[in-house]
Amino acid sequence: MAFVMILFPLFMAAVAAVVPSDRLRPWLLPVTGTIHLGLTLLVLARPGLADTTLWLVLDPLGKIVLLVVSLLFFFCSIHVVGYLKHSHTRSNRVFCACFSAFLGVMTLVTWAHHLGIMWVAIEATTLVSAPLVYFERTPRSIEATWKYLVICSVGIALALLGSFFLAYASLHAGIKPTLAFDELLQQAPYLSKPWLHAAFVLMLVGYGTKMGLAPMHTWLPEAHSEAPAPVSAMFSGALLVCAFLAVLRMYQICCMAGEFTFISPMLIFMGLFAMAVAGVFMVGQKDFKRMLAYSSIEHMGILALGIGIGGAALFGTLLHVVAHGVTKGLLFLSAGNIYHAYGSKNTDEVSGALRRLPLSGTLFLTGFIAIIGSPPFGPFISEFSILNAGFATGHYVASGLFLLLLLVIFIGMGATVLKVVQNREPVSESAPQPVFREGLLTVVPPIILLGLVLLLGLHIPAPLSNLLHNAVDFLEVQP
Amino acid sequence: MNPLLNALLVVVLALNLFALGTSRIVTVIKLVSLQGFLLGLIPLLMEEHLGWSATLASGGAILLKGAIIPFMMLRAMRDVQIKREMEPLIGFLPSMLLGALATGFALLFSKALPLAGEHTTPLLVPAALATIFVGFILLTTRAKAITQVMGYLVLENGIYIFGMLLLGTMPLVVELGVLLDLFVAVFVICIIINHINQAFSSLDTRRLVALKE
Repeated sequence: MAFVMILFPLFMAAVAAVVPSDRLRPWLLPVTGTIHLGLTLLVLARPGLADTTLWLVLDPLGKIVLLVVSLLFFFCSIHVVGYLKHSHTRSNRVFCACFSAFLGVMTLVTWAHHLGIMWVAIEATTLVSAPLVYFERTPRSIEATWKYLVICSVGIALALLGSFFLAYASLHAGIKPTLAFDELLQQAPYLSKPWLHAAFVLMLVGYGTKMGLAPMHTWLPEAHSEAPAPVSAMFSGALLVCAFLAVLRMYQICCMAGEFTFISPMLIFMGLFAMAVAGVFMVGQKDFKRMLAYSSIEHMGILALGIGIGGAALFGTLLHVVAHGVTKGLLFLSAGNIYHAYGSKNTDEVSGALRRLPLSGTLFLTGFIAIIGSPPFGPFISEFSILNAGFATGHYVASGLFLLLLLVIFIGMGATVLKVVQNREPVSESAPQPVFREGLLTVVPPIILLGLVLLLGLHIPAPLSNLLHNAVDFLEVQP
Repeated sequence: MNPLLNALLVVVLALNLFALGTSRIVTVIKLVSLQGFLLGLIPLLMEEHLGWSATLASGGAILLKGAIIPFMMLRAMRDVQIKREMEPLIGFLPSMLLGALATGFALLFSKALPLAGEHTTPLLVPAALATIFVGFILLTTRAKAITQVMGYLVLENGIYIFGMLLLGTMPLVVELGVLLDLFVAVFVICIIINHINQAFSSLDTRRLVALKE
């Protein structure tokens, strides 16, 4: 099953590369997305399919990430068709092939049960997604792509060094070194502590770069704001979470080694620092897609904080992975519609979105209310449960700062969002704007995503709840 | 333990410092390719009996680091028409001194590291740490895209040196390092296609406003 799920999108990428018609090619993506989502649901429903080989296993954590990746890709792939219809000036061959391959390598990340394979998969996500950022071919998108490649490749290099250190930790302890995850979990208590610590730090920094944790986040606002909206949505909701999964793997090994007290303060600090940096840059932010990118940094910070607190916060953290992914999908897709209607991302030139685009404007505003953690939406439940666990476990300072930063971010983000949706439309002096009408393809995906965000806030469906509980149990297994 | 290996690593370290001290980009490319070639010899010196893994690691490294990538870099350099690194963030002499300091530090630091018995004598660990650090200096303080890529290559060489410790027990994982070269290839392609002279390609005022925040 693993091979089918990983190779199918890659196969579709190859098909996309040979289909000659620019008009038909984008329709391959929804087909890929639908079949992939179907396969994902099948794997989740039938646990028997989750074991393929020793190195490719879909464990409960991988299941959650796979669900988010597949769900988000499904909606983004529909939106992409509408997006590419709008920008039909250049060939979308490379774009469609890379977008499909992107799904394939992210699926590999979720299945990988070998840190070496995981590393290769994460590197591959960088390589196949770089052309997606580059799609607009403006000088700014070239710069964004370059930054994305350079910074993430350094991160990936450090993660490889971290993997080497981890292998050396077992070599030094006199055990046969391995990077197979299950064997590592068994070996964990006997690993050489100093090398394990160093490996954790390097992997946190390395995969943290990809995940967007400050201060290695600098590629993220550029890439997210320059990439086409559906790509940004995939980046924010799915790619960052794949990197988070890699951090979680190392986290679990350290917990098995009894080193939770060593890594917990680091994760809490990194989490709060990411939130603080996001907060600083969000206040007064004029580019609304950039603002969403900083919001992603904030939410990755929340995830790091959540696993740093550990214990009771784990359920909330994993729920937040889902809630954030779905909400960010909604926000980026509706923001993409607004960007197309105005031809600008700057709030000086964009206002009155509620009048010009009643549906997308409303969706954007509602998405904002959801992402800042207001009831009755999904992120409220997850953030509240992390906060609750923080206070319950005696992390008073961290929890207090968490609340304070959420408030700062609420104010900063609110100012930008309200500027976009309220007021009058700007008077267009010169050439008429490129006319953009909300079509079914560009509006229906965010509407369904909004429904999901609301559903997560009102009632977590039983299968998802089981999945989350299984994942928490899986993470919490003690030696 | 292995005098030849140590001598080789000393040369590698010296090449690091030369690369930091020169402004001519051709020289940097040549130095780094020589470094890559020398690193390719290490697996042959490490293993007593030559296995397929050591040969593969060695051949791959010599071919990639010593020949293909430098060739591509020279080609890219010809395309974008630059010869010298103009405005480094830290001058050439200071960065050389910084590199020397880092090398000394790495030597002292690795004495304190808990190493497995057979790894205490060769210079592998300090050379790895020092090379990684020098790579970082090149990567962060140079303005030209090509020199930054060379910095990345040096960083990668450092990781490769550390990987040598694991060559005997998990050769396949060590080979993964080769994949990092893929990035280098992509960088070079980027430079050739887009003629990126600087990491920040557009330097008009609008860009400066965008960077202000």
